[in-house]
Amino acid sequence: MEQSAVMEGVVKILTPWVKNEDALQAVGMETNILDDLKVNSARLVDVVIAFEDEFDIEIDDEDVDTVNTVGDAVKLISEKLG
Amino acid sequence: MTTRVVITGMGVVAPNGVGLPEFEQSLRAGRSGIRHVEAMADAKFGCTVAGVPQGVDERVEKEFEEDERLVMNMSHRYASLSCLEAWRDAGLERPARDSETVDWETGAIIGTGIGGMDTTAEKVVPLTDAKKVRRMGSTAVEQVMASGVSARVSGQFALGNQVTTNSSACSTGTEAIAMGLERIRSGAAVRMLCGGSEAASHYIWAGFDAMRVLNRGSNEAPEKASRPMSASAGGFIPGAGAGVLLLESEESARSRGATIYAEVAGQAINCGGHRMGGSMTAPNPESVRRCILAALQDAGIGAQDVDAINGHLTATTADPREIGSWAAALEREPGDLPPITATKSMIGHTLGAAGAIESVAAVLMLSRGFIHPSINCEDVHPEIEPYADSIPHAMQEFANMKTIIKAGFGFGDVNACLVFRAWEG
Repeated sequence: MEQSAVMEGVVKILTPWVKNEDALQAVGMETNILDDLKVNSARLVDVVIAFEDEFDIEIDDEDVDTVNTVGDAVKLISEKLG
Repeated sequence: MTTRVVITGMGVVAPNGVGLPEFEQSLRAGRSGIRHVEAMADAKFGCTVAGVPQGVDERVEKEFEEDERLVMNMSHRYASLSCLEAWRDAGLERPARDSETVDWETGAIIGTGIGGMDTTAEKVVPLTDAKKVRRMGSTAVEQVMASGVSARVSGQFALGNQVTTNSSACSTGTEAIAMGLERIRSGAAVRMLCGGSEAASHYIWAGFDAMRVLNRGSNEAPEKASRPMSASAGGFIPGAGAGVLLLESEESARSRGATIYAEVAGQAINCGGHRMGGSMTAPNPESVRRCILAALQDAGIGAQDVDAINGHLTATTADPREIGSWAAALEREPGDLPPITATKSMIGHTLGAAGAIESVAAVLMLSRGFIHPSINCEDVHPEIEPYADSIPHAMQEFANMKTIIKAGFGFGDVNACLVFRAWEG
């Protein structure tokens, strides 16, 4: 899958949880999910489940800990997709 | 001087009407909201009908953003819609989601009888048993915790006063309003959103079916199935929904020029102690009588001042005893009992929401001057027959109603009673 397609899927899943619309408009690989998009940290587990469902992959808890930015998520998902 | 407490807003999600206009129309028309429920039939329930509010998800879609919708289970949806309607009805502005202003003067007591059992049954148990705990996501706790329903609402309205969930089985909704009244009377709060919410789920209703307290005999005629005060009453019909009253101090309501529906003039809460005929599942008639009398005393009125009664009246064998308790407490002979009506005849028994939805009905009747029909009791129960003239089978105009009394009784032998008075300033 193209990285741009993964990026699109990641942003779509994050969108309902985003509290900072301006940051969403300017979203890029470096955008921090908690600090910039202001996603409630408790909801990250729902975001990860949605990643698994959307891309038909499994994400370990250890992997989740490495995800801080949108780019981290895109890279992790791309790796899982092989 | 005691702070007087008034109702300045109401909201309702009922099986026969979502929102005040539709609910009032249905009450006046005697329209039942009881329907066939396929999940009950599939699971081989004896009773396969229930009162389920219609069109709720569409309204939630319109009123709440996606991240809010994703975390709400059904009782949260019912409560949120009801609170929003009550809030707007009171002429209050919904706070902006990104505002940092907290309303320290306003709180909420939104009760539930059963809680998030639908979430427990549909999500927590299957995923745990399947060893997929992490797939539950972040929302399981806030949906199954008893206080989830009031916690949800507090965020929607930036409430900064007491926010809690009470639970006293089928007297929950009535009790929530009584507790809110005391909170404002004490001066601890200015406004309280008070009521109850209960989800529609066959998992919630299964235990009642197992007890054989649901009517199994009217599955083919859902709208005839809920039959309080009837000789052919065969048990109650389960229901779901939410009702909310926005209670406010008189001073606050006056200062902001709010429209006042009525005064919550008195309340009482007690328990029968599982003695004198009371048990886990049956009310002690003496405790019921005392509860009604205490509410009248709290309101500072006499038994003869009651113009109308919105009973608990579930369509079980307790109905005749309840009528007897009303007559005893209000010191009325048969033929002299005020009009007594059962909202459950149209919506079924909405458990923790019942007292709240039925209080909305009571306040609508008081403020609009009518008594809604108590349907499906053309064949009045023989023990209630002496009081038959007090049962309205069709809508009655009642222009000068001053006082309506509402009681709720619950498993655990618990009672709550409210006295609503017309507001004359």
